[in-house]
Amino acid sequence: MAEFLTTHGLTLQHWLVLTSALFSIGLYGMLTRRNAVGVLMSLELCLNAAAVNFVLFNRYLAPTNLGGAERLDGAVMTIFVIAVAAAEVVVGMAIFVAMYAERRTVDVTRLDALKD
Amino acid sequence: MQPLSFILTHAWLIPVIPLVSFLLVGLVLRPISERLAGAFATLAVGTSALLSWTLAYDYVHLAEHGKSLPSLLPWSAMWLHFQDGFGISIGTLLDPISVMLLVVVTTVSTLVHLYSTGYMHGEPGYARYFAFLNLFTFSMLGLVLAPNLVQMYVCWELVGASSFFLIGFYFEKPSAVSASKKAFIVTRFADLGFFLGILVIGFYANQIFAAMPASATQGLQPLDFAFLTRPDVLAALSGLDVHFLGVGVLTLSAVLIYTGGAGKSAMFPLHIWLPDAMEGPTPVSALIHAATMVVAGVYLVARCFPIFATSGDALTVVMCIGAFTSLFAAVIGCTQDDIKRVLAFSTLSQLGYMMFALGVASFAHPLGYSASMFHLFTHAFFKALLFLGAGSVIHAVHSNDIWHMGGLRKHMPVTHALFLIATLAIAGIYPLAGFFSKDEILAAALHSGHTVVFGVGLLVAGMTAFYMFRIYFVTFWGEPKSEHAHHAHESPWIMLGPMAFLGVLSIGAGFIPIPEWVQLPGAPVEHEGIDLAVAIPSTILAIAGIGLAWLLYGGSRDRVDSLVAKLGGVYTLIKQKFYFDELYLFVTHSIIFRFVAAPIAWFDRHVVDGAVNLSGWFTRTTGLLLGKLQTGQVQTYGSWLVSGAIAAVVVLWGVLKSGGN
Amino acid sequence: MGLASWLILLPFLTTLGVLFTPASRPTLIRWVSLVGTGAHLLLTAFTTWKFWEVASPDIALAKTSTLTKLYFVERIPWFKSLGVDYLVGIDGITMSMVILTSIIIFTGVLASWNVVNRTKEFFALLLLLVTGVFGVFLSFDMFLFFMFYEVAVLPMYLLIGVWGTGPKEYSAMKLTLMLMFGSAFILVGMLALYHYAGGTTFDLTQLAQFHYPVEMQRWVFPLIFIGFGVLGALYPFHTWSPDGHASAPTAVSMLHAGVLMKLGGYGALRIGVYLLPEGAQYWGLFFMALTTINILYGAFGAIKQTDLKFFTAYSSVSHCGFVLFGVASLNLMGFKGAVLQMFSHGVMTGLFFALIGMVYGRTHTRIIPDMGGLAKVMPWLAVCFYIAGMASLGLPGFAGFVAESHVFMGGFFGNAWSDPLATRVLTVIATLSIVVTAVYVLRGLAKVFQGPITDPHFLELTDATLTERLSTGILVVTLAVVGLVPGLLIDLIESALLPFVNRLHATGALAVAGHP
Repeated sequence: MAEFLTTHGLTLQHWLVLTSALFSIGLYGMLTRRNAVGVLMSLELCLNAAAVNFVLFNRYLAPTNLGGAERLDGAVMTIFVIAVAAAEVVVGMAIFVAMYAERRTVDVTRLDALKD
Repeated sequence: MQPLSFILTHAWLIPVIPLVSFLLVGLVLRPISERLAGAFATLAVGTSALLSWTLAYDYVHLAEHGKSLPSLLPWSAMWLHFQDGFGISIGTLLDPISVMLLVVVTTVSTLVHLYSTGYMHGEPGYARYFAFLNLFTFSMLGLVLAPNLVQMYVCWELVGASSFFLIGFYFEKPSAVSASKKAFIVTRFADLGFFLGILVIGFYANQIFAAMPASATQGLQPLDFAFLTRPDVLAALSGLDVHFLGVGVLTLSAVLIYTGGAGKSAMFPLHIWLPDAMEGPTPVSALIHAATMVVAGVYLVARCFPIFATSGDALTVVMCIGAFTSLFAAVIGCTQDDIKRVLAFSTLSQLGYMMFALGVASFAHPLGYSASMFHLFTHAFFKALLFLGAGSVIHAVHSNDIWHMGGLRKHMPVTHALFLIATLAIAGIYPLAGFFSKDEILAAALHSGHTVVFGVGLLVAGMTAFYMFRIYFVTFWGEPKSEHAHHAHESPWIMLGPMAFLGVLSIGAGFIPIPEWVQLPGAPVEHEGIDLAVAIPSTILAIAGIGLAWLLYGGSRDRVDSLVAKLGGVYTLIKQKFYFDELYLFVTHSIIFRFVAAPIAWFDRHVVDGAVNLSGWFTRTTGLLLGKLQTGQVQTYGSWLVSGAIAAVVVLWGVLKSGGN
Repeated sequence: MGLASWLILLPFLTTLGVLFTPASRPTLIRWVSLVGTGAHLLLTAFTTWKFWEVASPDIALAKTSTLTKLYFVERIPWFKSLGVDYLVGIDGITMSMVILTSIIIFTGVLASWNVVNRTKEFFALLLLLVTGVFGVFLSFDMFLFFMFYEVAVLPMYLLIGVWGTGPKEYSAMKLTLMLMFGSAFILVGMLALYHYAGGTTFDLTQLAQFHYPVEMQRWVFPLIFIGFGVLGALYPFHTWSPDGHASAPTAVSMLHAGVLMKLGGYGALRIGVYLLPEGAQYWGLFFMALTTINILYGAFGAIKQTDLKFFTAYSSVSHCGFVLFGVASLNLMGFKGAVLQMFSHGVMTGLFFALIGMVYGRTHTRIIPDMGGLAKVMPWLAVCFYIAGMASLGLPGFAGFVAESHVFMGGFFGNAWSDPLATRVLTVIATLSIVVTAVYVLRGLAKVFQGPITDPHFLELTDATLTERLSTGILVVTLAVVGLVPGLLIDLIESALLPFVNRLHATGALAVAGHP
């Protein structure tokens, strides 16, 4: 698969366009979704875009270290991102549940306690 | 020269005694006993008077045969050190005019103190009154003895302040309060001129002083009279090629200094305060507003006479204003009904006399100088007597209006006799004091070639006799015109005694050879006996004036009323003092207060402070507007963040791109 | 610990003393404050005597020197990396200001005897304020100077905001903000002075040996002058003064108008003219014109005021104009006049505010037209009021005349760097104020004290109490002593001011000294 991707004329730029699109969609969703769960899902998109970038840069820019052995730094960071995202979803959902219990809504436009 | 006697070297005692007494009376004795305070104050001034007579006696015996009296500075000390070579000392300058005035001031002051112990008896604030009288006496003596312009200015202000407090003595009476304010502010305005004159002459005198070798200015300071009136300094001052509005330094400073003198001596158009100052207790009017303080202006001009004479133009100003004032005040004096106001206008008129006498004098014809000082001397006594007499009358009748009096010669024979003496003296009837001095002034005017001024002087002499006898006849002759006048009683001896003393002086002061002693230093001696060419017309005019007064006021009032009706508007105009008070009131209240002070106060609150508040408002409003951005919506903040990031990227990109080229 | 440090420390110790006194015993608190400030007065007298002893032999030296000699210097390094020292010392100007402050705070404590609301906090803050004031006058390190200045201003905010009258929060805020606005200017100027001299020291005595480039002096001088001018009520930055003084409690008005406003002239002289002589030469005439406006504007403004405190505040604007006018006239007489005027105005205005407080405490009004005839029921206060008024209109015999005559002489004599005709015309215009002052003082006082009693309830009012008599008496005597024997003060300050003039005349020589 990796072989296929690198040999069929797909350059880093192509992939970066994809991840940028993915990030932008996530960002858009984050800024416009009214439902908190939707915001969280959009946030996941952004995180995934970043995770893919890690892999991509690892693969295209520094696939091996000086000795010629394969490098896995990008993949490792991706694992971290996934782990953090999972933790985030847990914390986020817990907050939403608590908030729903308190406010009977998870509409973020109505959560403006930061004002004043 | 023989060594100076004790009192000559310790002349500072004379002013210091009343000062100490002022502090003692004001702070210590006043709460203890009012009567004691009054007695102590009187005693203190009396001691000063004794000392000044001794001093005068010693002083006139200093004259070596055939020489004029010396000018001494037996004591002085540095008081205010401005900078190296420019300081102000305080000291006691003894020369003929200061010694003469010393005697006048202490004598009249003592008599007035004595008189006041009777006149003010039982008044609330009795001790306060004596404290201020002491303060006044101290300041006036300091003024008289001043060896430089600044000490004079200092005491000048102090007499102004004590005059202010004494005019406003009855501080619960609104008219007295406003009169005291008016007196202070008008003279203060004039003093501004004096102060500017000191600045101008001080600046240039300091230059000249600094340019002179130290040996030439030994022991002097630039503002000392001894320095300013030196011929070489005057020549240097008049030689300065500095002009302001086309006027040279010397003339400019002389006129400015004269402004101060004109204010204090109530010369036209600064005369408006003096008639109002009669709101004060009558003995105060006698002391301050007749005999002593108001002649300070004349004294100042006499003191600075060489400056005025060198300038020439300044002396002409003095002469013209003096002559005009003497006529102007005499005209108004003929119409007033308040006995003290008539006396006030007569004081104005006589001060004008003294001023123009100085104005006609010059180094070639110095007679006017001596004559002016002579008149100052005699006038102090008979005018003080007139005021004290008026006070005695007012004390008995409880009114100032001459039309509430009448027939008092029967009830108050002593007062009547003394008042008559003073009236004859001021009218210039031989052999009373006024005759000699007035005669000398007129002779000075005639002989120095100022014929118009001589004419004015003659006319004023006649008018003086007329209006003085007008009040005399109305007050003392005819029928009593009020209930109080019917039951008038002679005043107690504590009041009559001082009056009698002044009466003696009013008769005899003319024979004291003041003109022989007081002579312009550095000018030829010009003294003549009685000049018949002057004496005869002036006496005729005086008698004519008396006659006219008898004709109009000796009998019933109908004659006067018909004359007044005939004069109509002119009479009202004169009686209202040519509406000068109204004019001043208009200028100060309607112009200065309304168009300067009020707009400034408004401007400050609304424009300057408005600007401050505006900047505060601007900050708050900006804060409020920016505060609106804080919606509490995380998504909005996120949008801002993202758009900011995008903008930053775009800018960076643009910069990098242009940097790359 | 030398005398200079003790002069700062003593009020601070008194503050601590007040803080450790239980709030339930207000009388004890008053006595602690009174004893503390009284001791300070004695210490000041002792210091003056000592100062006179050591400084008087050096007068001849000052005539040629370009550096003011300091006495009782104490230097402790503080922030070595920035070159900040704890540096205190005394020269003639400082000495006279310390005397003034010491008198004002002592009488101020007496005049505040009747403060009942939160007595403890009031006196503690008052004494903290005055600690700052002494610190400002005694420190010769700009950093320390600035720090003490803030120590003085902040208690002021609280004192006005809590114990004031009328729109006190507004006034306190306005006063503090405007003073801060001024200190922003000063801070920039100070940093420039620090930076251009190599950024190694804030020490005024060392900075004075450095010659700043002329261009730099020309832009820094107005910053310093205006910055300090805000404190000294320089037109048009004076409007904090009427509101602030009107709202402040008596002792605060006394300290503020009497002492803190003097910092304006003090700083303009000490930092502006002393360190930046060429800047002063360049801007002298401009500031002379501005302060002429000050003098007349304040005087005319006062005519129309109806509140006694506003009246005095405007008169202060006019009188503080004399201080800055003297500074701007750039000669010995002007400088001396400025310092003398600082002293005399301090005492005079302290007296005014003390008296206004006393009258207000009785009549419960400060509106001039509502009062009348009070001299009958409170003769002591009336006499003191008249003395203060006479002193403020420059009656000879009181300190005001000595100061004003110096200022006017200074202005008229002018200097070598300003057009002589212009300085003279400005002086003549400024002298008009002596008439205007007479007008407003006499009008105001006549209305309040003379005439018939306007309100029957005034008849029940009493005259000054013993503490009030003591407090006003001290101020009156001070005014009279300085007015009658001006040499006492003049000799003290002259040797400190001579180097200021020498520096102005020796700018070329300074350049040589600064760049060896």
